[in-house]
Amino acid sequence: MSDRPSPDDGLSAAELAAKYGLSVSGARPGLAEYVRQMWGRRHFILAFSQAKLTAQYSQAKLGQLWQVATPLLNALVYFLIFGLILNADRGMSREVYIPFLVTGVFVFTFTQSSVMAGVRAISGNLGLVRALHFPRASLPISFALQQLQQLMFSMIVMFAVAIGFGSYPSLSWLLILPVLALQFCFNTGLALVFARMGAKTPDLAQLMPFVMRTWMYASGVMFSIPVMLADHPQWIADVLQWNPAAIYMDLMRFALIDGYGSENLPPHVWAVAGGWAALVALGGFVYFWKAEERYGRG
Amino acid sequence: MAETRVPTVIADELHIVYRVNGAKTGKGSATAALSRIIKRGEERGVRKVHAVKGVSFVAYRGEAIGLIGSNGSGKSTLLRAIAGLLPAEKGKVYTDGQPSLLGVNAALMNDLTGERNVILGGLAMGMSREQIKARYQEIVDFSGINEKGDFITLPMRTYSSGMAARLRFSIAAAKDHDVLMIDEALATGDRKFQKRSEARIRELRKEAGTVFLVSHNNKSIRDTCDRVLWLERGELRMDGPTEEVLKEYETFTGK
Repeated sequence: MSDRPSPDDGLSAAELAAKYGLSVSGARPGLAEYVRQMWGRRHFILAFSQAKLTAQYSQAKLGQLWQVATPLLNALVYFLIFGLILNADRGMSREVYIPFLVTGVFVFTFTQSSVMAGVRAISGNLGLVRALHFPRASLPISFALQQLQQLMFSMIVMFAVAIGFGSYPSLSWLLILPVLALQFCFNTGLALVFARMGAKTPDLAQLMPFVMRTWMYASGVMFSIPVMLADHPQWIADVLQWNPAAIYMDLMRFALIDGYGSENLPPHVWAVAGGWAALVALGGFVYFWKAEERYGRG
Repeated sequence: MAETRVPTVIADELHIVYRVNGAKTGKGSATAALSRIIKRGEERGVRKVHAVKGVSFVAYRGEAIGLIGSNGSGKSTLLRAIAGLLPAEKGKVYTDGQPSLLGVNAALMNDLTGERNVILGGLAMGMSREQIKARYQEIVDFSGINEKGDFITLPMRTYSSGMAARLRFSIAAAKDHDVLMIDEALATGDRKFQKRSEARIRELRKEAGTVFLVSHNNKSIRDTCDRVLWLERGELRMDGPTEEVLKEYETFTGK
């Protein structure tokens, strides 16, 4: 190396680094600095989510039309099984039940696909993580954002179904916006949590579909929890109704469907919805950040 | 070189270990795998690959350092560790500023148009929208994608491999870097494009503080580097002026 004696000889690596103000490569930044870096990457996060969304159907002949066609077909299948064959409406009128079902499916799918995308956010993008610098939380957040945009397309179908069954646009439809915002925060937090877990244990990608399906059936996607559990102890229905997926679904139905009044909502529903969103979003973000320097080891 | 040499990268006894799931170790049955998952602590189902073993060196401002060694000797891994992209198992890397790896491949999507990929790739490298807008035409012209018609508005999957490689390099080389690391980036495209990319790399070198170059092409190492690190099996075998190390290396490989 150096054949000339230098004043730096005899310094240890750490001392030399300190003398010239070098910092440890790949060290985890502080939480405030991390948030600042994330803000700096907001355009990347948005562009990445839009790119993923567009790339999804770019090889299909109908192209982006599938963004709307896929949720429409989904709604049709559920209508066929639960509306026509199983008659799961349990005393709800058809005008309420069909929008009830479709709203439930779409709102739950939003959470479900955010979690599934979260699990693979790091483990499925190791190439990206090992090639470029960016706060790693950009990935799960970007995937959650992609699901939000996907839901926007599903909303077109949802509105059509609601109007088709006699619930016309009214002021209460404005409540959709805060519900979506809260659910998006909740989903993002969940995606962050599962991104960290999935980075360490990729097997979660195999396991989570079953967990999510159980959660779906327990959250009253295709039936009303209080009606279905009428002959069971009250606390079971309470627990199921207070779970975040059921809360966001019920709020969305309340906002959208005329015949679905506030008597179907648990007490303090907005506080619970906000609490879940804040708790999971903040907790998930901190939990993800704590392992920032370890992503990419694979 | 200046009298006071300012270090920009210090590697201190650096060890990098990859963990590979699903590589066969011991019994391959499902029950064995399950018991490995359940028993916590020492990860036994995971095979460890010790890719870099205790490498130490100091790189100074203004140096261009070549990394040589046979395939699988840990060159690319070492670069990624310096860039802070691969966490170190033991030891530390200290750097001045944020070293960046020249390469943006992983951020690009084949189903998107070249146009959108330029924007996406630029954002992924941390450029702002304004910077990308300002450089956009330059990137497209440099890649030469539009020389044979309006290809930039077609999805990247329709490009020939040479065209795609040219666009990737053009995007990656659009940003200025403090500490720049190039992993065999020179060998893409046709002869004309290679010349153009070599010139661009020389430009980047002038702007960057320190350059690392991984290559199997001893000529391009001779042309660009004044110091060479020779890695073999994850260990630093030799570190010195280009000619000295390359002579030993060529004897070793029997060239």
